[in-house]
Amino acid sequence: MIFYCFLVIILIGISGFIYARSNLKTVFFTELIQGMKLTQKVAFRRKDTVQYPEEKMPRSSRFRGLLALRRYPNGEERCIGCKLCEVTCPALAITIETQPRDDGTRRTERFDIDMFKCINCGLCEQACPVDSIVSTPAEHYVVTQRGQNIMTKDKLLALGDAVESRLAHDRQCIHEGDG
Amino acid sequence: MTLLELMMILLQIGITLGVVLFMVLYLILAERKIMGYMQGRVGPNRVGPLGILQTLADGIKFLHKEIILPSQSDYALFMIAPMISLVCAFTVWSVVPIAPGWVLADVDTGVVLVLALTSLGSYGILLGGWSSNSKYAFFGAIRSMAQMISYEIAMGFALVPVLMVSGSMNLTQIVLKQSGGFLNWYFLPMLPTFVVFLISSVAETNRAPFDITEGESEIVAGYQVEYSGFIFAMYFIAEYANMIFVSTMASLFFLGGWLSPFESVPVLSMLFAWVPGTIWLLIKVMVFLYLFIWVRATFPRYRYDQLMMIGWKVCIPVSILWIFVVSLMIIGGLL
Repeated sequence: MIFYCFLVIILIGISGFIYARSNLKTVFFTELIQGMKLTQKVAFRRKDTVQYPEEKMPRSSRFRGLLALRRYPNGEERCIGCKLCEVTCPALAITIETQPRDDGTRRTERFDIDMFKCINCGLCEQACPVDSIVSTPAEHYVVTQRGQNIMTKDKLLALGDAVESRLAHDRQCIHEGDG
Repeated sequence: MTLLELMMILLQIGITLGVVLFMVLYLILAERKIMGYMQGRVGPNRVGPLGILQTLADGIKFLHKEIILPSQSDYALFMIAPMISLVCAFTVWSVVPIAPGWVLADVDTGVVLVLALTSLGSYGILLGGWSSNSKYAFFGAIRSMAQMISYEIAMGFALVPVLMVSGSMNLTQIVLKQSGGFLNWYFLPMLPTFVVFLISSVAETNRAPFDITEGESEIVAGYQVEYSGFIFAMYFIAEYANMIFVSTMASLFFLGGWLSPFESVPVLSMLFAWVPGTIWLLIKVMVFLYLFIWVRATFPRYRYDQLMMIGWKVCIPVSILWIFVVSLMIIGGLL
């Protein structure tokens, strides 16, 4: 019996000692267990991961990806060779040469954008009076050889043709104010 | 000893090592998965279905990588240090019983051997950090040494009550003394030392929140800074093998090892009689491993002085006090 008394006294002594030195929250790991509960809760939550090549994030209609040249619905290219984009480009990425065409209109015969210089600022799009040069939602480009970084007129028009439906839709959205 | 017996022993050793390596492989994947889930991510899921081949792919990558020797380093020690870590992490498994009689070496001083070998394993870290001849590696090694010494004391004292009550240093005997349902397991009368043992085993294995030895924000990767290729993988495997080992130790010492928790419960003992003891041990080990990963995903790293304070001012006094309490309980006939 005397040992039980000893035991109780020692237990009280220990807990008193611990309590005097710290607070009960520390002794019983209250806050640590709270934190562990939180991480366990997060483990059962829906994951935020986007499985990239299969899933994609939604794109804003004002997203500034690769540049492209558009055409009118009748197939005529919009660009009139005014060179406003060339002038406004802060990175000097655009090179344009113009020549009158057989029907008397001024057209570009050379329209090069250096993708290494382009900073995707979108100023050329703002400067263009005929909505010809535009930023597209396309964002990937691959360069395997010297010279492939230059987007020539053909490539730009091809890219514009490829994403024309999306471009038209985006401009519609921007005009209606929910872009 | 005939050749056949020798072959049998070698086979047993091979199986043990194979099982440990397999567990390490999937412990690493489990850690990455669980930590990913706890951070709102999904973790590795590209290599193989659900990412089950991820660690294997990493291992093959490590094999292909060049082992870079720093030009001013001590080449011999630099190469030997990870081997020391790995050998110690594997050798301790020789005394671990995974079922009655299933033990490579049924020595009477198993606990002493375990403590000695886990202490020896920290030499791998110390030598690795010192021989790298890099200041970050050196700091990591010194921190590791200080941490190992402090927490080994707490760990040793936490085991003393277990040894006192069971009256044996043989791991099999310690487990068998706990038979008779989960109320007879040692974690109940030794709850404070159990907690101290858990805390110090996290610290012994250099894992978060006690991973100041490789504190990324301060000393890059600590003692591992200069290591690359497969010698780095050796440290990595050793760390995770140690993690499994301390979990096994905690379940052997405090949770009755391979014993079923329902041994003396009337109905449940019949229901679970078919479950082999190794499964129970595996479940207990996995619970501890999950706890370790969970703790790592939750808590930030301790500051160095806080770490030392917890070791010397909390863990060691608590474990020493509990030695007295348990001895009083033995004298009083409670245990």
